[in-house]
Amino acid sequence: MYAQMIKSEATQDDPEKLAAFQARIDRGEKIEPKDWMPEGYRKTLIRQIGQHAHSEIVGQLPEGNWITRAPSLERKVNLLAKVQDEAGHGLYLYCAAETLGVSRDALTEMLLDGRMKYSSIFNYPTLTWADMGAVGWLVDGAAIMNQVPLQRTSYGPYARAMVRICKEESFHQRQGYHLLLKMMAGTDDQKRMCQDALNRFWYPALMMFGPSDKDSVHSAQSMAWKIKMNTNDELRQKFVDETVPQAEYLGLTVPDDGLVWNDARGHYDFTQPDWSEFYNVLQGNGPCNAERMAARRKAWDDGAWVRDAMLAHGQKKAARRKAAE
Amino acid sequence: MAQEWPLWEVFIRGQHGMSHRHVGSLHAPDADRAIKNARDVYTRRNEGVSIWVVEAAQIAASNPTEKGPMFDPAKDKVYRHPTFYDIPDDAGKM
Repeated sequence: MYAQMIKSEATQDDPEKLAAFQARIDRGEKIEPKDWMPEGYRKTLIRQIGQHAHSEIVGQLPEGNWITRAPSLERKVNLLAKVQDEAGHGLYLYCAAETLGVSRDALTEMLLDGRMKYSSIFNYPTLTWADMGAVGWLVDGAAIMNQVPLQRTSYGPYARAMVRICKEESFHQRQGYHLLLKMMAGTDDQKRMCQDALNRFWYPALMMFGPSDKDSVHSAQSMAWKIKMNTNDELRQKFVDETVPQAEYLGLTVPDDGLVWNDARGHYDFTQPDWSEFYNVLQGNGPCNAERMAARRKAWDDGAWVRDAMLAHGQKKAARRKAAE
Repeated sequence: MAQEWPLWEVFIRGQHGMSHRHVGSLHAPDADRAIKNARDVYTRRNEGVSIWVVEAAQIAASNPTEKGPMFDPAKDKVYRHPTFYDIPDDAGKM
């Protein structure tokens, strides 16, 4: 997902306090910033929310790529609004992470020096306009699968950020699907572009949910803490079940020969993505890892003087106001 | 590491005459900028007609570990609610 492979941190707190904390979560109480919490809970959440925030920000890059080349003014304002939303979503999440005692700048520096990651999906290139449709439909669609249950997560500020994000995210998926619907009513070349986009984004979208976590202890701890609400496999299955009919409606073919409806299970059977590709992308060897990080670094470095100048100006104004009082 | 912009808490009044409500926080170098940033971050879909911002450092908050002494005394005062008082139906709508 936007937060993949989050290891939960070991916790060495007083067992009595731990039990009381778990009881609060089991009762469905929200944990708030100043409440006592296990160190492992705090650290795992910082990593998870931070990675989610970084993904929203880096996720602007593949779509920003197409703003100046949108085929109509209407599509351009749609895409601008979506990319602006991603910036907003990043900011909501950074704020939630900050309530756990980590600064915004520290989070950014951890991304830039490689200690923190962002979702593997944003390391794939967006080669044609049809990719803007595929990204909205599949990538935002997959994100929604994960984010809707996270509205009930145990950490109050994270849950509240998710509520805001989910309210806004549905438009992202719909504008992508709408774009593909239009293109699929077009020329053969346009239809080919749509099929090509689905071919390239199908497996990377399935990878967003992360590898199967049925054997993972980390995942069990995160689920007990209610900072992970479903297993990766559950969410991936749900995504496939909802997306395949949508592809059929578009007239597109899901690029999986093993895809078949299983009446007994009541689900689609499907081929797993190539997990060696996933690990390789996560380690920094995807098609666009270097480009994405270079763009983030450049934005951070080139913006430094602006941040400093605005702060100096704000402090000067505050000092003048104080002197006048 | 350079100094960070201060953190501001954002309060927004929606369309229907309700009180300003806390919606989240953001960083900004001063109050004017905080209001402009709040407009872009928290009212992109017409959610507000008025914005308040206050520096997070200026907020005093109750202590969560004293939640009991602070709020428990209100719990056993059921007579503060209208349903505590049984009024016969014959007395009419009240």
